[in-house]
Amino acid sequence: MSETKIIPLQQFKHDSAEVAADGDRREFLRTALGGYMNTRTATQHGYQDWEAARSGAAEIKWEAIDRLPELLEQFEANLIKNGTKVFWASDEEEARQYILGILREKNAKHVIKSKTMTSEEIHLNSLLEAEGFDVVESDLGEYIVQQNKEAPYHFVFPCMHLKRAEIKAIFEKIAACPSDDPEALTMFARQQLREKYLRADVGISGGNFGIAETGHIAITENEGNARLTCAMPKVHIAIMGIEKMLPRLSDLSLLQPMLGTAGAGQRITCYNSIYGGPKKPGETDGPEEMHVVLLDNGRTTLLADPEQRDALRCIRCGACLNVCPIFKNIGGHSYGTTYQGPIGAVITPHYKGLQEFKHLAYASSLCGACTETCPVKIDLHHHLLRIRRNSVSEHPPLMEKVAMKGFAFAFTRPWLYHLGTPLARLGHWLSKPIQGTKLDPGYLWRKTRTLPDMPKESFHEWFEKREQQKKAGK
Amino acid sequence: MPQVGVSVVEVFERLGHSVDYPRNQTCCGQPAFNGGFHPEAREVAATFLNAFRDSRDPVVVPSGSCAAMVKVFYPELFAGTAREAEAKALGARTWEFSTFIVEQLGVTDLGATFAKKVTFHDGCHGLRELGIQSAPRRLLEKVRGLQLAEMKECATCCGFGGSFAVKYAPISTAMAEVKCKSAYASGAEVIVSNDPSCLMQINGYAEKQGMPIQCLHLAEVLNSR
Repeated sequence: MSETKIIPLQQFKHDSAEVAADGDRREFLRTALGGYMNTRTATQHGYQDWEAARSGAAEIKWEAIDRLPELLEQFEANLIKNGTKVFWASDEEEARQYILGILREKNAKHVIKSKTMTSEEIHLNSLLEAEGFDVVESDLGEYIVQQNKEAPYHFVFPCMHLKRAEIKAIFEKIAACPSDDPEALTMFARQQLREKYLRADVGISGGNFGIAETGHIAITENEGNARLTCAMPKVHIAIMGIEKMLPRLSDLSLLQPMLGTAGAGQRITCYNSIYGGPKKPGETDGPEEMHVVLLDNGRTTLLADPEQRDALRCIRCGACLNVCPIFKNIGGHSYGTTYQGPIGAVITPHYKGLQEFKHLAYASSLCGACTETCPVKIDLHHHLLRIRRNSVSEHPPLMEKVAMKGFAFAFTRPWLYHLGTPLARLGHWLSKPIQGTKLDPGYLWRKTRTLPDMPKESFHEWFEKREQQKKAGK
Repeated sequence: MPQVGVSVVEVFERLGHSVDYPRNQTCCGQPAFNGGFHPEAREVAATFLNAFRDSRDPVVVPSGSCAAMVKVFYPELFAGTAREAEAKALGARTWEFSTFIVEQLGVTDLGATFAKKVTFHDGCHGLRELGIQSAPRRLLEKVRGLQLAEMKECATCCGFGGSFAVKYAPISTAMAEVKCKSAYASGAEVIVSNDPSCLMQINGYAEKQGMPIQCLHLAEVLNSR
């Protein structure tokens, strides 16, 4: 970790421009996500009524968010009843220290993890590695980016930016990897990981859903690695955001297929497990000890915002990233956040600071593809507008404020606005010599695009002239 | 793009309607609204309300984006203010050009002739805020000689997005590239849209790249003889 402070806006501008200029990388991303779109569309057609399913899923998650305090208490009581220890972490540091405390208390050395974005959010790996623990990600994509010392590129498809040859090269640093054939790459990771499961003292997982009425945690995965992570080591720690609640076990019957379909175009994800606590007397399998860390880390701030709290309905399917033209053209790392894409642009300002992350709301054409695809109907692109409004009313950037005041002044005075037409024409003519240079006010546009010439006659002038002619004709 | 307004007037007059153009209108205020400057947006939007205050006629807008501003965002912008009801009422009688013709006038054949292969770009605001998808296509299908070739990414954003196009010019340009390549791959000679701002973006990129493809507003095509 470097000591220099990274300024999120500058980093974003730099990194996004770099990817936007990389035609090959963009083409690669678009091809991958095009494949997703095809399978997803086909799977979605398998639903009798996808729109009704969306409404149903949104309603269930709305209920969960509306009743969140009550459901969380019910969830906690049921977890405790089932023999699980519960820790409420108000921020990332509390969560980190609690988990570190368990590892120390258990004299753990080896930690195996299944995919958990919440642990990325609290930067758990860097802490545990710095404290000398051997930490291994067991999800294939996560394993690859971990070996490459990168953050996940996409919170559902962590290594989607890497080509097969690149993955092979990463693996070669660990041991000889015979080929870049997908099967060979998977077998390589499988062999490396098998031993890690056997050696692990502690397994750390996330949780896709927390079932309040039963105190169960539902985990959805495609590789079976989460089952090994949660069941083999003596201690299992699950870390989840407090918004992951579902009121009832039966709610999974809708949410699980929708998560699979929206997330990866699957009818249902391959492995769906429900964890109910540590091994009970007489049982042969399962961890001896189970902990659940419930993380706030800004979620209650979002909950307190009546306009935007529907963003807590998010089930982290990643569909909004997959359809986002911004994501497709700048990739995941450019965001510089744990949660990329439209949902990341909406929740990050709430979790990590409005002024520091408002630029993500502005880095959008507001096309609304995200809102259209969201399986729980979060009003994503309108929230970007609300974030813009809130950031301006809290702290308007000076130059823009001046520009907007000028806009309002001229455009609330129709006579001034119409006087502007010949002036703009003159300005356009006078600025001809500097057009395309950095002195040109339209430089950023004209660098990659042409601007139409000012018309000789505006519509207003045309209409006015015609009316005059009509009158004269009469 | 005065030719868009001219075409709209001529299309309606040919259908036997008279068109008024309140001379005291300026802008719907969307630039300030999208920038997050709501008080300034409200001032400009109030000017728009004033311009149409004295009439009860339907207001037709040849831009899905500006129509969406009035229909969808004015109620939010004026919520809790003295002009909320007026803004909502104006929104209810405001129509995007193609939907007004198809849904309100019930006409699809405007007697136009345009013998070229065209592809239609769905502007995002028209498509997703107002749900406009079939009306422009139904109008184009009736144009004599016109061949409609759908592009693969017809509903993908062109990358304009107002100030976004300049604030994040590299991203906006990359999006324009995707759009133009997709339109070009359809084999079309002309990209048609119902949103002038999308057309400025698409045409700007295509022209800069020297792509042999023309950009026209739907009204211009429907006004062709």
